[in-house]
Amino acid sequence: MNVLTSLTLHDVHVAVAGTPIVNGVDLTAPSGTCVGVVGPNGSGKSTLLRAVYRHLPLSRGTITVGGEDLWRLTPRRAARLVAALPQETRSDFDVTAWEMAAMGRTPHKRPFAADTAEDNAVVAGALAHTGVAHLADRRYGTLSGGEKQRVLLARALAQQAPVLVLDEPTNHLDVRHQFELLDLVASTGTTVVAALHDLNLAAAYCDRLYVLAAGRVVAHGAPYDILTPRLVGEVFGVDAHVIPTPVTGTPHLILRARDRADSPTARLSD
Amino acid sequence: MNPRPAGPPPKKTRPRARDGRITSAAYIALVGVLIAGLAASVLLGTVDIPAGTVFRIIVQHLTGQEDPTEWSASQDTVVWNLRLPRALLAALVGAGLAVSGAATQALVRNPLADPYVLGLTYGAAVGAVAVIVTGVSPLGGASTGMAAFAGALAAFAVVYALARAGGTLAPLRLILAGMAVTYALSGLTSFLVLQADDPGTTHSVLFWLFGSLAEANWAALGLPAFVLALTMLALLAQARPLNTLLLGDETAAALGISATRLRRHLFLLIALLTGVMVALAGGVGFIGLIIPHAARLLVGSDHRRLLPVAALAGAGFLVLVDIAARTALHPQELPVGIVTSVIGAPLFLWLVHSRARDTTGL
Repeated sequence: MNVLTSLTLHDVHVAVAGTPIVNGVDLTAPSGTCVGVVGPNGSGKSTLLRAVYRHLPLSRGTITVGGEDLWRLTPRRAARLVAALPQETRSDFDVTAWEMAAMGRTPHKRPFAADTAEDNAVVAGALAHTGVAHLADRRYGTLSGGEKQRVLLARALAQQAPVLVLDEPTNHLDVRHQFELLDLVASTGTTVVAALHDLNLAAAYCDRLYVLAAGRVVAHGAPYDILTPRLVGEVFGVDAHVIPTPVTGTPHLILRARDRADSPTARLSD
Repeated sequence: MNPRPAGPPPKKTRPRARDGRITSAAYIALVGVLIAGLAASVLLGTVDIPAGTVFRIIVQHLTGQEDPTEWSASQDTVVWNLRLPRALLAALVGAGLAVSGAATQALVRNPLADPYVLGLTYGAAVGAVAVIVTGVSPLGGASTGMAAFAGALAAFAVVYALARAGGTLAPLRLILAGMAVTYALSGLTSFLVLQADDPGTTHSVLFWLFGSLAEANWAALGLPAFVLALTMLALLAQARPLNTLLLGDETAAALGISATRLRRHLFLLIALLTGVMVALAGGVGFIGLIIPHAARLLVGSDHRRLLPVAALAGAGFLVLVDIAARTALHPQELPVGIVTSVIGAPLFLWLVHSRARDTTGL
């Protein structure tokens, strides 16, 4: 385990337009592990991740990668430590898949610096790794949802950062593409922090889970320890039944809307 | 977890998605058009002067090697003091507006924006008209241009202040602030013109709103050339960050670019470049919209190629349009902005139409 590529959040507070959204989050992603951030809508998952890839400033706390304080570095230097797949990437302008992936080289380039053979090799390698090398000349806007996410993942890989932040990477993807994308992410070997809506995907792919509610961590640990019917009921307000997934053995949740007539607490004593 | 096998290996390392040869061909073709346009511009006009004489007049002024008694003083004035500076001003203004158009489209993240959405055409008009109406002319002949520049910058400053609320220069807020300022200043311009009730003032307002290159002279070329070179250099230095701006602020941040800070730089560069061009030539329309678009069709959205190609295309385009403006309704001269609008409006509709077709995949 390489401590140089671990990600540590300490007492992180983030406010958006004066409203506190994240209120004192501690999180550790050891090198090469995948940490999932789960929680209901509005719990602060995306806001927390935006602070990690420096889109939103911290109002308190520190974020370090391998001991380096991200917010004390230049944006360019920080982007060489943390790459990200934000939730939305606009495509109002015509950009080819190659150009999109090549933008991952931005934090490595000085003004007026031309693309070197090494840059081109890194981009080609990233596109090949995510299986979209054949789409290099296609316009990004014309790709399917699954292809787009792979091109964006290639861009993040071209950034060659030890930490990868994924904000709802499987949104709008069908089941097969969800698995394929997360398999790809796992195959990169980087330290990953991912916000995921689907608790079963989170349980299947993450080494550790952090459960967020109202901007605070209410539980963290290995998926089996965390995803209990009681916690899922309290945080998400649904009834859950946990069974092991055949073959892999990771926890699988069977979820059911709460019967409004019943007392919620009556159903938590699973 | 079962890592998926990597995709098929690439056949070879691709240098870039868009073929470099297309970019080179575009540069060569556009330089050719610009040179041909400049040559045609000094050769054509309301007075017929033989091509050989035109050539010798220019050589005489550049090198002193020809005999100036072979042509008349008026021919000399027409070629050296009217046609040549006018052709060069057309090239500079065309390049400047095209570059600031490309930069504005990145600034507001909208491929259908031009520098005038930020409200400065009417700012320039109000500045110039105010000087004309009040008769205050502290700097002699140059004061209308100075006032137009000041008016354009003032309009920019108001738009900037309005759009900055909340700490970020959000693209939509920039456009809305620009529209609000444009409407307010357009009303003010009309008011000033009505108050003056003087054909001279009306004519002057039309000049600032439609644009004209008729005021070109050698002394007026240095400033736009300097400002164009300066802003072009500053923009090319930030070409990669500009590319990330097209993808949204979150993505830019993830790539190490502070979108808000970059937009602030960009706004100042656009204000300077557009302000100078409008002060010299008025609000020549559609170049800032059409030319960056055409350049994108040619070489894609990467600003490292887009900015130089747009500059060359804008220069060549305005030189050619100016020839048409001077000769189409001979002997009457059309304001060059009317010609660009007549050409630009249908082009714009075609662009909107082709974009709609692209996004629906038809």
